[in-house]
Amino acid sequence: MTLRIGCGSGGAPDRVAPALALAERGELDFLCFESLAERTLAMGHVAKRSGRAPGHCPKLEARMRAVLPACAAQGVRIVTNMGGADPRAAGETTARIARELGLRLRVAVIEGDDVLPLVGPETRLPETGERVGDFGPPVAANAYIGHEPLVEALDGGADVVIAGRAADPSLFLAPFVHANGVAPDDWARLGAGTLAGHLLECSTQVTGGYFADPGVKDVPGIEDLGYPIAEMSPDGSAVITKLPGTGGLVAPLTVKEQMLYEVHDPAAYLTPDVTADFSTTRIEAVGPDRVRVSGAGGRARPQTLKALVAFDGGYLAEGEISWAGPGAQARGELAREIVRRRMVERFGFDGPLRLELIGVASLHLDGGRAEQGSQDVRLRGALRSHDRAWAERLLEEIEGLWMAGPAGGGGFRGRITESVFTRAIHIDRALVPTRVNWIAP
Amino acid sequence: MTAATRTLPLRAIASARAGDKGDALNVSVWALSPRWYPAIREQLTAERVRAAFPDVFRGEARRYELPDLHGLNFVFQRALAGGVNASLNLDAHGKSFSFLLLSLEIEVPAEGEDLKV
Repeated sequence: MTLRIGCGSGGAPDRVAPALALAERGELDFLCFESLAERTLAMGHVAKRSGRAPGHCPKLEARMRAVLPACAAQGVRIVTNMGGADPRAAGETTARIARELGLRLRVAVIEGDDVLPLVGPETRLPETGERVGDFGPPVAANAYIGHEPLVEALDGGADVVIAGRAADPSLFLAPFVHANGVAPDDWARLGAGTLAGHLLECSTQVTGGYFADPGVKDVPGIEDLGYPIAEMSPDGSAVITKLPGTGGLVAPLTVKEQMLYEVHDPAAYLTPDVTADFSTTRIEAVGPDRVRVSGAGGRARPQTLKALVAFDGGYLAEGEISWAGPGAQARGELAREIVRRRMVERFGFDGPLRLELIGVASLHLDGGRAEQGSQDVRLRGALRSHDRAWAERLLEEIEGLWMAGPAGGGGFRGRITESVFTRAIHIDRALVPTRVNWIAP
Repeated sequence: MTAATRTLPLRAIASARAGDKGDALNVSVWALSPRWYPAIREQLTAERVRAAFPDVFRGEARRYELPDLHGLNFVFQRALAGGVNASLNLDAHGKSFSFLLLSLEIEVPAEGEDLKV
């Protein structure tokens, strides 16, 4: 039997309306919302710690309010990692919304990905050989957990399953495993299901988003991209498609690009569930906006779980101001030199400081081979410091260019944000027990 | 003397997508037609990419091949100034780096149909 799994989001800020369209018209069995990234989860911990915002996905409430009525009416079950840094609060919020909407839903929360108690100053960071203690006390540590606790919740009858750092493809793999009774060591099918999950986990990135290059790769209806659906066969092969009438396209090339998104060795994509092998994948168009993927496989899962440890990264200061017209580049370069001299030579800042000219060379340093003599130039300065005074100093220097810099500067913007940075560690699975908790309806 | 060739921007004959994982960046490159794949595979080596952008790709560079799908996957270690949560780059993910690769040029056989780019 074919299983229809839809993607309701591919990241925290993703749009709500395409998810609602899928809930209403997708004839789905499951709707999965991916919402976490290395940056998102870390910022969730900052929010939770500050008490100014919830640690779960900020869009949780908007999404649940939008899709729960249609999902409840049609029996579409939801799996998500929108729990972020606080899955229990996300579960309680979801249960409250369901009550307000007059719905009776079984909400399960997956906990156990928080591994901060397992991390000590002597914990080694394998990427660099450094130790956790070299960076001060960690703010948070979360292990990437796999599909098994999600399946346990689905087997238990959950209508909504809310996890924290469940790995992205595991959200989509769980319904496939639940519906087909896939064994936890059936590596071939787990690998195939992981490919389908990986293709869906970034929502529009497989339906024409992150793809258009005018004149080379054009995308119809790009302002109204549909979210993807996987029609999954019991063997793990799948047809990737989207709702008729939505914008975008599903083509072999959109599928190929997404297949290796954030992948290193295509023959060994490591997840908590399996070592997936995408190198043997076959990709074929089988109809309009219908692409069949088959042939992916897998081998035994990694012995350890990856976890990200987050540290206080201090304050990130970013300030910008522009010049335009004849000589704009020369005036921007002079401004950059003024800021550098004052920050470094006058005030003695010796941390990482970035000063670049947007419109000349910024994102790619000098690797972008920019044209000389740009007439639309924006100076950007950025630094990170644990001392807020340095962050304020940089913005003051850039704003000061309004009156004390080269002629014609305008459009200053500046901001200071608290930041965290992350490092990967590997943890013995046995030390990371997950559990399914049920929220009272 | 070898057969006549012409030079095309990689963007005209391939697509690319970048993704980040910690401080490592991957860029997949896909021939828009199978007929371009041999030239891309031969000329777009990891060493060439790294040498073209030494300020950006300072760490180890490795290339994986997907000949049946006409794709290449590049992995650049230590390419993101510490990664998305540490970099001072405006594009802290390095998502725009895919088009750095597409700015390189590839020599292809002179015959062949015209391209619209």
